[in-house]
Amino acid sequence: MSELLSNKEAATQAVVDFMTKKSKTKSKFYFNDFQDIFPDDKLRDIKKVVNLLVTDGVLEYWSSGSTTMYGLKGGGKQHSSEGEA
Amino acid sequence: MAKHETPLLDQLESGPWPSFVSDLKQQAAVRAKNEAGVEFQIPRDAVEDLLGVLELSYKHGRTHWKHGGIVGVFGYGGGVIGRYCDQPKLFPGVEHFHTIRVAQPCGKYYKTDYLRGLTKLWDMRGSGVTNMHGATGDIIFLGTTTPQIEEIFYELTHNMNQDLGGSGSNLRTPADCLGSSRCEYACYDSNALCHFLTNNYQDELHRPAFPYKFKFKFDACPNGCVASIARSDMSFIGTWRDAIKINQDAVNKYVANDAAYPPNAGAHKDKDWGPFDIEKEVLALCPTKCMKFENKTLKIDNANCTRCMHCINTMPRALKIGDDRGCSILVGAKAPIVDGAQMGSLLVPFVEVNPDNDYEAITAVIENVWDWWMEEGKNRERLGELIMRQGFQKLLEVTGIEAQPQHVAYPRTNPYIFWKEDEVTGGWTRDVVEYRKHHLR
Repeated sequence: MSELLSNKEAATQAVVDFMTKKSKTKSKFYFNDFQDIFPDDKLRDIKKVVNLLVTDGVLEYWSSGSTTMYGLKGGGKQHSSEGEA
Repeated sequence: MAKHETPLLDQLESGPWPSFVSDLKQQAAVRAKNEAGVEFQIPRDAVEDLLGVLELSYKHGRTHWKHGGIVGVFGYGGGVIGRYCDQPKLFPGVEHFHTIRVAQPCGKYYKTDYLRGLTKLWDMRGSGVTNMHGATGDIIFLGTTTPQIEEIFYELTHNMNQDLGGSGSNLRTPADCLGSSRCEYACYDSNALCHFLTNNYQDELHRPAFPYKFKFKFDACPNGCVASIARSDMSFIGTWRDAIKINQDAVNKYVANDAAYPPNAGAHKDKDWGPFDIEKEVLALCPTKCMKFENKTLKIDNANCTRCMHCINTMPRALKIGDDRGCSILVGAKAPIVDGAQMGSLLVPFVEVNPDNDYEAITAVIENVWDWWMEEGKNRERLGELIMRQGFQKLLEVTGIEAQPQHVAYPRTNPYIFWKEDEVTGGWTRDVVEYRKHHLR
């Protein structure tokens, strides 16, 4: 595991920076987009860290039912736009 | 009096077949009467509005559903699929109508009190409409609102020892046949393997990190009751390596049309098909013609048997599967998305199915395949499509499996064989002088 990925704070910041930088064009990301942030790591290691970020409330899942994407929590289209709390 | 007029849906009830429209109307009436005194947690008229929005879709010729969203339970990236109606003022009961996938028990064994528990929960916290079972095999709950999802998840997991199924870019709920729990043809315990892999790969089931969906299915014999060869990215089909066991006395009982030995185990016996004819009904239908019946003795050239199961199915009291049992692993089946429908391709002709070492021979193949697909698969690319794009040879490389005759689907149709330098004795360098001694310019 790379130094960046094994440092949770730095990894979190790198993910947030990456997504914020791209937030004007898109709010949802495929899992393999994270490989651009952590190019030296195995996807299965990246997965562990990224899913912790979901548990910690930094990220959230978006699912079409067949495909799942990741986004910053509260970013993009939310339940409220569908009339839900 | 129905809430919405549904003349187009009513027409669907007029045919000879059972109609889902009738089922929905029945459920709408049950909710309207509420004789059981259920404390509905979503709109009582949800099913009536469901019929209404469907009628409108038929009238307009387009859907009024939106799918997808952020709905889910804490820590899970699958199991809940957001559904919203784009006509919420006309049909407020289905403004939010999310789907929940519930993992089906192995072999779809359940007790009636378990089913009652599920329906009681769903009548209260959802529409009461279910799909038993969905295409992947899960128990599908159709229609609830976002606040109910965590409640349903809590009750399923804490009170019913029941997990959600898979959806999204996850490992989907593994599905299996009854296997050795009831079937004499089972070459391995499909229930045990399905249960083990479901538990072993919980992370892959609930935390999405694949390029797209991934399905396991388990058929304990080549009859393929689960149709895993067509329905799953990785299919585990039971097989055997030794000879089919023959009871010659029983074969002759079949040939003599003994009433205690009905062909096909008595299936289709309601019609008079005439006397059993082993030549016509067994030998001639063998796809490799590896059988012959002479002097009251049935002989099978087992080296040429493809385990199609036809002879065993036709004469089950005379022929039994072999004793050296395991499974074959096939990969890459999928429904038509990019390149049309694909059946699975044989990757591992035979692998032992050994619970004593946690099925290590099988998990090794699975994890090698996943590592490759996760690394190389494009977004929304199924394993079968990656195999087509990069080649079956590449799959053999990443799984460390040597090419075998069983991997060849159609011999001698493709003359282009690509050797790598390390696969050729002496590599690419050669002694031209030595070569010219035998081959003139």
